[in-house]
Amino acid sequence: MSAKTQSREFSSTRRFWLKEHGIDSTLLLIVPALLAMLVFFVYPTVYGTILSFHPANKAGFLENYKTFFGDPYMRKSIFNTFRIALPVSLVNVCLAVPVAVKMRHRVKGQRAINTILIIPISLGTVLIAEGLYAYLSPNGWFNRTLMAAHIIHAPLQMLHNFWGVMISLIISGFPFAFLLTLSYISGINPKMEEAASILGAGPIQRFRFVTLPLLAPGLAITFCLNFVLAFSVFPSANLLGNPSGDSHVLAVAATDVISQSYDYSMASAISLITAVCEITVVVLVFAIRSRFYTGSTTGGKG
Amino acid sequence: MSKTSFNELRLVGVSRTFDESVALSNLSLTIANGEFIALLGPSGCGKSTALNCIAGLLSQTSGSIFLDGKRIDSLPPERRGFGMVFQNYALFPHLTVRNNIAFGLKIRRTKKAEVRKRVDAALALVRLQPHADKFPAQLSGGQQQRVAIARAVVLEPQVVLMDEPLSNLDAKLRNEMRGEIRKLHKTLGLTSIYVTHDQEEAMSLADRVVVMHDGVVQQVGTPEDVYLQPANAFVADFMGYRNLLQMTLKKSSTKAGAITSEKIKLSSSNLAAKTTNGAVTVAIRPDDFTVKATRGNQIRTIISSVEYQGKDFGVEATCEDGTQLFIRTEEKLKIGQKVTFGVKPERVLVFPQKKSPSHVG
Ligand SMILES: Nc1ncnc2c1ncn2[C@@H]1O[C@H](COP(=O)(O)OP(=O)(O)OP(=O)(O)O)[C@@H](O)[C@H]1O
Ligand SMILES: [Mg+2]
Repeated sequence: MSAKTQSREFSSTRRFWLKEHGIDSTLLLIVPALLAMLVFFVYPTVYGTILSFHPANKAGFLENYKTFFGDPYMRKSIFNTFRIALPVSLVNVCLAVPVAVKMRHRVKGQRAINTILIIPISLGTVLIAEGLYAYLSPNGWFNRTLMAAHIIHAPLQMLHNFWGVMISLIISGFPFAFLLTLSYISGINPKMEEAASILGAGPIQRFRFVTLPLLAPGLAITFCLNFVLAFSVFPSANLLGNPSGDSHVLAVAATDVISQSYDYSMASAISLITAVCEITVVVLVFAIRSRFYTGSTTGGKG
Repeated sequence: MSKTSFNELRLVGVSRTFDESVALSNLSLTIANGEFIALLGPSGCGKSTALNCIAGLLSQTSGSIFLDGKRIDSLPPERRGFGMVFQNYALFPHLTVRNNIAFGLKIRRTKKAEVRKRVDAALALVRLQPHADKFPAQLSGGQQQRVAIARAVVLEPQVVLMDEPLSNLDAKLRNEMRGEIRKLHKTLGLTSIYVTHDQEEAMSLADRVVVMHDGVVQQVGTPEDVYLQPANAFVADFMGYRNLLQMTLKKSSTKAGAITSEKIKLSSSNLAAKTTNGAVTVAIRPDDFTVKATRGNQIRTIISSVEYQGKDFGVEATCEDGTQLFIRTEEKLKIGQKVTFGVKPERVLVFPQKKSPSHVG
């Protein structure tokens, strides 16, 4: 065997090895995204992290964190944020599933329904918050209708508390949850349900044993995205909630430090705490997700 | 839904259209308990549509389905108690082979020990014990198909519907599985409706074959019937009568007559019903030819190609008027050789001229 054929053999096995490990020229496709990540995400994050360890008053490098966790009012903002973000994401996912299940099949007026469901995305949180402010106020439509129907006798207090924030976040987060869930559900081969029904499963059993398990990994991602969105809630907490009380969330706490004392270092520390909280939840959800089946949902090679 | 026995499954005028286009037209068929029925036809002829209507996965546009006296065509699939093997398996990707097979039993709240026993038996039946704990994506196409079969028969349903269950297997495994399916059908006392486009498969398995074309049933009969006496030119074509000649008939009795074209003269004693004098379609199977004149029937040809096919030869021969004939013979012929072929008059099938086949028969 000549040296030439040997080297050719070697280079072909190496190419094979590279290919098996996903290394080839298509890798270049991720370069633009990678650059954008570096400039707009990695650098600010690193900068913010470093900043958070250099307190404004030149105290020890953990001073910001000590202040935050030492102050009960500030510390409670973590709890406040979770108290809003967790139920909101859960409710959104739970509402999205039945609607998506229904909308997967052809329904009359599907376009119109889809449009109505999706409009809130294009409105933006501020506009929704303002609309709700008028709607939920003591003499707004909501309370007036309920009073006219004699369901309640005094206006319900829906503003400047937990409920206003919750409702506005559900309205702005639901379309995301719905669209994501719909795309996951459409990816499930309808033959799966047909097979289950032939095997004797009724609609509820089909959902429970076939659709839901195949959908679960998608729902986990939907939940995470909704959670992250809701976790950085700011406009609705400020407008509809009670930003110095139980709507004193992390985002409000961070802006407060900046607007009151220009303490960017402290604000960075709060942002970092926010990030750690979010990452913890996301990691947890993904850990649970990995216990489900996460492969193809089309079924069969046919 | 344990196996309740019934006498017959009756389809009455079952039809299905998809926005204007007719996928299945007026299917009427009475299937006795224990029978093995094959729905046979080319791709797109409505076989799967028919099966899905029987299963309840597709609602028929008109017609009705009875299980004995009980009308079942408005019942959802889960309440019909039929089993089904899907054309593309439709295995549950998130369940192991074992759990796929156990699915129906678990839905029926069968006792754990019983589930285990029956699933093991089903696994053994399709020889998949070593793969019991794999997921469908880790199996080959053929193995997936076997899981699908096991999943359907483990419930011992009263009727099993199979949509081309063997189409993805290699020739050897297909033959083996064909035998297994037939055996299963016998031992479990199943009633089976089997969809295929392979006439050999249909004939080897079925008690009765239903030949379809363009959504219309062309012929219902035993494999021998369909093979030896196709009802029309379309069925003949589909059943391997490769020689379809356009000729002219002059009847001498209701069943016999002389047929001629420019250079070929034959006599036939096998005229299909409603055949009239004039233009007709003549169908002759390649292996019905003899390499000598037979009872006055003779066609002079020159051999244009010879293909070795194992136990015999596939021969193409050109007649004096240029017509190509396909012949199977054990005799070794040479290209360019002049040969006179014959064919028995009863094996010369004569049909009214083939128009649109869905209007024939
Ligand atoms: N959902 C549908 N919508 C519209 N047309 C359909 C639909 N399903 C089937 N058809 C049409 O109905 C006809 C019969 O289809 P069917 O699936 O029953 O064929 P088949 O005999 O099973 O063919 P194959 O052997 O290829 O599986 C085809 O012409 C097909 O295009
Ligand atoms: Mg089909």
